[in-house]
Amino acid sequence: MAELEAVIGLEIHVQLATKTKMFCGCELSFGDEPNVHTCPVCLAHPGVLPVPNEQAIRYALQIGAALNCEIAPRSIFHRKNYFYPDSPKAYQISQYDIPICGAGRLGDVRIHRAHLEEDAAKMIHVGESGRIHGSGASLVDFNRGGTPLVEIVTEPDLRGAAEAANWARLLRETVRQLGVSDVNMEEGSLRVDANVSVRPAGSDQLGTKTELKNMNSFRFLQRGVEAELARQRELVEAGGTVEQETLHFDPASGSLTTLRSKEEAHDYRYFPEPDLVPLAPTEEMLREAREALPELPVARIARYEEMGLASDVALTLATDPETADYFERTAAAAEGVEAKVVGNWVTGELAAALRQADAEGGAAASKVSAESLAALVNLVQAKKISHGSAKTVLGIMVAEGGDPEPIVEREGLAQMSDSGELEAIVEKAMADNPDAVAKIREGNNKAIGAIVGAVMRETKGRADGGEVNRLIQEKL
Amino acid sequence: MTDLLALTALEAHEAMVAGDLGAAEYTAAWREAAAGDELNAYLWLDEGGEEGRAIAVERDCVAPIAVKDIFCTEGVPTTAGSKILEGYRPPYTSTAVRKLIEAGAPVLGKTNMDEFAMGSSNENSAYGPVLNPWDRGRVPGGSSGGSAAVVAGGLAPWAIGTDTGGSIRQPAAFCGIVGLKPTYGAISRYGMIAFASSLDQCGPLTRTVSDAALLLGILQGRDPCDSTSVGLEGGVSLPDREDLSGLRFGVPVELGRDEYDSGVRAVFEQTLKKIEDLGGEIAEVSLPSSEHGISAYYVIAPAEASSNLARYDGVRYGMRAGGDGDLIEMYETTRSEGFGAEVKRRIMLGTYALSSGYYEAYYGQAQKVRTRIAEDFKGAFDQVDFVVTPTAPSVAFELGEKTDDPLAMYLNDFFTVPMSLAGIPAISIPAGLAAPEGGGPELPVGFQIAAPAFAEQPLLDAAYALEQRIGFDARPEGLGG
Repeated sequence: MAELEAVIGLEIHVQLATKTKMFCGCELSFGDEPNVHTCPVCLAHPGVLPVPNEQAIRYALQIGAALNCEIAPRSIFHRKNYFYPDSPKAYQISQYDIPICGAGRLGDVRIHRAHLEEDAAKMIHVGESGRIHGSGASLVDFNRGGTPLVEIVTEPDLRGAAEAANWARLLRETVRQLGVSDVNMEEGSLRVDANVSVRPAGSDQLGTKTELKNMNSFRFLQRGVEAELARQRELVEAGGTVEQETLHFDPASGSLTTLRSKEEAHDYRYFPEPDLVPLAPTEEMLREAREALPELPVARIARYEEMGLASDVALTLATDPETADYFERTAAAAEGVEAKVVGNWVTGELAAALRQADAEGGAAASKVSAESLAALVNLVQAKKISHGSAKTVLGIMVAEGGDPEPIVEREGLAQMSDSGELEAIVEKAMADNPDAVAKIREGNNKAIGAIVGAVMRETKGRADGGEVNRLIQEKL
Repeated sequence: MTDLLALTALEAHEAMVAGDLGAAEYTAAWREAAAGDELNAYLWLDEGGEEGRAIAVERDCVAPIAVKDIFCTEGVPTTAGSKILEGYRPPYTSTAVRKLIEAGAPVLGKTNMDEFAMGSSNENSAYGPVLNPWDRGRVPGGSSGGSAAVVAGGLAPWAIGTDTGGSIRQPAAFCGIVGLKPTYGAISRYGMIAFASSLDQCGPLTRTVSDAALLLGILQGRDPCDSTSVGLEGGVSLPDREDLSGLRFGVPVELGRDEYDSGVRAVFEQTLKKIEDLGGEIAEVSLPSSEHGISAYYVIAPAEASSNLARYDGVRYGMRAGGDGDLIEMYETTRSEGFGAEVKRRIMLGTYALSSGYYEAYYGQAQKVRTRIAEDFKGAFDQVDFVVTPTAPSVAFELGEKTDDPLAMYLNDFFTVPMSLAGIPAISIPAGLAAPEGGGPELPVGFQIAAPAFAEQPLLDAAYALEQRIGFDARPEGLGG
């Protein structure tokens, strides 16, 4: 049997960080006392009507612009009908056949659509498990009901669990940088469902998919998809067939349980929402949405790779725009130094020094200014201090701030420029380590480390490693 | 006293503004009259207690008004004629009622209606049928039967109702008063309990066309709370047109003789002659898709209703029944006991029409018919200024006569539904009296005039001229006239 390929698509719900709800004037909040942010509209009293939130429309247009989506000139709201206490109207106002954002792309993954809708209220099931099964009563908190949501649906372009989780991270970062959502998975302002199927590698047919609901971290997303892929592969390899169903992944046990089978799937009886007119964004709204876009992660990654940065460094910087801006200021100040070297200093040595000092915030918030870091990198490049000394200086800069030169001077860390002095130290080190010298002569080059180490100890790291090596070879 | 109640709302308003009529005395006279309701027309009366506080008027200067119980009124029971909303007191007031209060029109009371506005006889009210003031053995029409009966029966100077497929015009015709369904979007629907959102429209039920114009002027306007509202540009002026010269009135050729009673036909034809007397021209127009109006209407309206009425689930307000079992049991018991038979029938029809696999054949097809009907009217209005028909196929029928035959009941809307589907304004004015087909004393017959969207002003002007020519002055027995 041909190898089975994973085919994964994601559905991501993003709660928009607007001031008020999607169709009424109630304030949005998280963690307030239950049912304080409600009104006749979001409680679905008889006779009320929805009025769309313009800010939510603008945010959706920004998401559409960031995902390179085609924007519908006139999109339509539909009613999605279902009975459940979290849906006070017994229908959700959503979009169906004409969403505000059509086909688009983020990185290697095509976007199928992105549409506007309202969130359901929050159900609290009284009982130990917190789940509906076995609970004695259920309470409804309507504070969340009516929160604006954008649902982003991808094409099934992802080919593995880790790839899916990484792409979801990229999407989260992209939306976060737009400033239109808190994208907090634990609080539920970002929720990810995955559609998972397998097929013989190389096939262009799609297998029967299952839907994994609501994984509340990227790690759980990856583990859930891994578990489901394993289940499907085992099933198909044993000659079985995958049944269409909706699954819940329990991260504690790693198990998958069925929420709904195909037979139990709802008929939502979608029809155009007669209380709303078509949503037709003006030219001005479209322009503003485009102009409000910051440089997004995908664009930054491409630009940094162009500048010579390694992919992982480019990704690290692109998902942290403040540090990325800091990197760019440092690179500009460190004239003549390769951007790649500066990138490594920012994401490597400086990040490590900040971690070690338990410093709050990133590079940009630290006491090390971009100009000072550039000066330090320049000292190393000009061989005025050794790499090792530079790390020491950086540690001091993290703690105290200031420019590197005075610190180098104060601590006596300038690279030894008098080769006569260094020569003497090397000679002494070779004399002190005759065994090592003998081994080197026998062709064991590793033994050279003992002599270099002795020189470094003696010079407190001020010696240039390359020069020490050269001198040892010379003396042999 | 009697003299005060004989004033039209416009006359009373002008007298109050001129200082010739004390508002307090006038309103008190109406409150006393309303308290004498023997028609089961009022479900709630403002008796000056705490209940009506939130909808009280600061300074009355407009005639007090009866409000169909479909409009939410803060703190005041609002049932939409349904048991499922028994005891429900909304936390807010509808835009239409708020505008009345702001204009200075006190609310006399809330009027009985077919449950959730579904019906043509007012027999579908959970609170009992309204009786027709002309003959208490007959229906007042529906669904705004209470609002029509109070105006015709001397229990209110005027009223507001709602019209989804004829619910203002047909009861106005049955009760011998004026009823106007404005263009869809002319008046805000905010706070008006939804039956079929794409069709529902608030409108006046009045004694005269001038009163209807005055009331429409107060009610119309774009409302930020209703995205589908647009208002009437330029407002509404009181009509004063005296003739109909230069105006063309189209009679649909599809108006077969079989669809309506001969008495209604006689009044209709006399009225066409009166139009010609006033210089108007009668022409034939064709509305070929209108015959499918009822079929399309009874797919679209129930479809929307099935969704609009889903919120009555016993969770947040209104009636809750059951509850010993699980959630589904509570939903089912509440809705089984809370809704009446006609409401359940339409919820089932609508749910079916929207179901996966049936949507295109029913809802999709009905929407296509709706578009065609609107196009038919557009075509007709290229040739004529107005389209005229009888308002209803018969005069008021007897209580219980059609309750076992829903289809016969639905056919009452034959002449009114096409205008609702097209979203255009239409008015019914009393045109004369005719004996019922089965014999008996004569009863009012309505004459319907429809106009292009937002042409309320020319419609009211023409209706006014015709109203003067008809000179309908019959009144139910016991009310003089």
